[in-house]
Amino acid sequence: MNFLRNFGIAIDALLANKLRSALTMLGIIIGVGSVVALLSIGNGVQQSISRQITNIGTNLVTVVPGQVRITAGPPTSQGIRTATQVKPLTDADANAIRERVPNLLGVAPELTVNNVTVAFQREKILITARGVTLDYNRVRNLEIAQGRWFDQADDERASRVAILGSDAADALFGGLNPIGQTIRVGNAPFTVIGVTVPVGAGFAGNPDTSVFMPLQTAYRTISNARTASGARRVSVIYISALSSEDIPRVERAVAQVMRQQHAIREGAEDDFTVLTQQQFLSIADSITGILTLFLGAIAGISLLVGGIGIMNIMLVSVTERTKEIGLRKAVGAKKRTILMQFLVETITLSLIGGAFGILLGVGAALLVGATGIIATTVTLESIALAVTFSFAVGLFFGLYPANRAASLQPIEAVRYE
Amino acid sequence: MSELVNVYPSTSPEPQRDDPPIIEATNLTKVYKMGETEVHALRGVSLRVWKGEMISVIGQSGSGKSTLLAILGALDVPTSGSYKLDGREVASMNDDQLAEIRNQRIGFVFQKFNLLARNTALANVALPLAYAGLSDREAKRRAAEMLAVVGLGDRLHHLPNQLSGGQQQRVAIARALVNQPSIILADEPTGNLDSVTGKEIMALFHTLHRERGITLIIVTHDPNIAAQSERIIRLKDGLIEYAAQEVQTA
Ligand SMILES: Nc1ncnc2c1ncn2[C@@H]1O[C@H](COP(=O)(O)OP(=O)(O)O)[C@@H](O)[C@H]1O
Ligand SMILES: [Mg+2]
Repeated sequence: MNFLRNFGIAIDALLANKLRSALTMLGIIIGVGSVVALLSIGNGVQQSISRQITNIGTNLVTVVPGQVRITAGPPTSQGIRTATQVKPLTDADANAIRERVPNLLGVAPELTVNNVTVAFQREKILITARGVTLDYNRVRNLEIAQGRWFDQADDERASRVAILGSDAADALFGGLNPIGQTIRVGNAPFTVIGVTVPVGAGFAGNPDTSVFMPLQTAYRTISNARTASGARRVSVIYISALSSEDIPRVERAVAQVMRQQHAIREGAEDDFTVLTQQQFLSIADSITGILTLFLGAIAGISLLVGGIGIMNIMLVSVTERTKEIGLRKAVGAKKRTILMQFLVETITLSLIGGAFGILLGVGAALLVGATGIIATTVTLESIALAVTFSFAVGLFFGLYPANRAASLQPIEAVRYE
Repeated sequence: MSELVNVYPSTSPEPQRDDPPIIEATNLTKVYKMGETEVHALRGVSLRVWKGEMISVIGQSGSGKSTLLAILGALDVPTSGSYKLDGREVASMNDDQLAEIRNQRIGFVFQKFNLLARNTALANVALPLAYAGLSDREAKRRAAEMLAVVGLGDRLHHLPNQLSGGQQQRVAIARALVNQPSIILADEPTGNLDSVTGKEIMALFHTLHRERGITLIIVTHDPNIAAQSERIIRLKDGLIEYAAQEVQTA
């Protein structure tokens, strides 16, 4: 008996009891469907987080003050900062990096001031003001949707020019063209010269809800930010390496410069932290990996229930078909032939169920994705996993009923009524 | 009422032959355990059958006829005793060997036909060939031939429920014959048929016996059928009954 013949017998047996076969399959359909759908959510979240991390800039190395141990989130929000060791970063640090670390795409310090009132006529919003340098837009991958980024002259003269994040521009101006309009940032009047392309919330704040201005302007208007020694403080320094391969070198070189800048003795701990995107990415990946695994496991349980359903029905089927099985054995079917027949039947059942389940899962993933609440990504791996799972379920839960059938004696053909 | 003598014919003597018997059963017993109680269906049956014989097995209901036939057909195993088929001990065979015996050496015909309801006459007859490993094409070809032999050459693609009882039994006989076994065992093959159809089926058995030299063992209730065979084995309470103890007269 070859496989094809067994397959024919299996299809025939399944068609003989269409409703029952369909109901049995339903368990597998739902199981496989939820595996595919939930994995797609896990993968979607993973990808959107990775995207957010990459969004903060290209080949980015970030220096933040204090010792930051990244545990489960971005350094600026959830990292643990050891208060005693905080020594502020200054624009002198940024300049030192720019001068002493060769081959960089850019060095962009930022002075961050949260909860600044920005007003246009009677419209008022509370957003984050960021005093930044010329190459900040390049380092952070910010693109200009309207108007322009500020130039060297603006920076040197500390011109009161502002570039608005897209959401900030919308909130203040609605449909109006913001370019050339005068807004108030804190108490100072600014001219809007540009609006950035929306990028969404990332791991280093949300540019869309920010107002950018030249660093020198920020020192004069919203925060003079001097350290005890009189230097100009910055909140964070972004450094862009030329390539991702170069990041480890840049990371080391920056750390060295910073230690010299902060006069840290040999053996003493850093009072700053150099972070790379790779670190964020690997942490985020491990978190979302756990999430995906967890979701997959939940879905796996429903697949297990579906498998038990198959086994249950197959056991009933074996009992009902005692006479048929006995007859097959009476005319010469071997034990393993009957075993194969029933195994092929359960595997066919679960594979067909699996196929419908994949359709259901992909449909559900698309539907969830379309709502825009959670990103979903159906990967080839998750479909392969679903197929493997449904095959395994068919095999595993089919083995016992099939073995029961194969062990029936041919005499049952005569005896069973 | 002299005919009544024939209603209870007794066991015939063995034929005097020099060739070895194809079936040699010695002291077969079969005990069914039903919870606490034991049913002794066979209590020591010894039996030899030679090639080309046509034998009727008779006896009252419950006397062990079906049990004996199932053991001879390798559908069941005896509790004790020896059963040699072509000189080979069947009782000690493994599952696969038994399957091969059932497939190749013995054709079994059941009272209730036992056709697969969802398969055509052709597919039903082809089944033993499929299990013998023949290609689908060859199996179908031979099955069609065999259906022609039993007179159903024009019913190949009918399903069992589209056939009369007699026709269904013909399909079953074709299935029993298709692997060209040397022995056909039939357990009350006319039991589910009306008398006319039953006669036709018996005529078919006679033809097969005569023209193909097939060894036939038929369990029957019908004294007329028994009377038509060359040899009678009469069972009573799980034993072969030799003396004509119950001859009735008017
Ligand atoms: N599977 C079984 N379990 C228990 N008892 C059985 C079974 N099969 C047959 N018997 C008993 O064995 C005896 C012989 O049965 P059987 O061979 O079917 O007789 P016959 O075919 O001559 O009517 C009967 O008493 C019957 O009830
Ligand atoms: Mg019987």
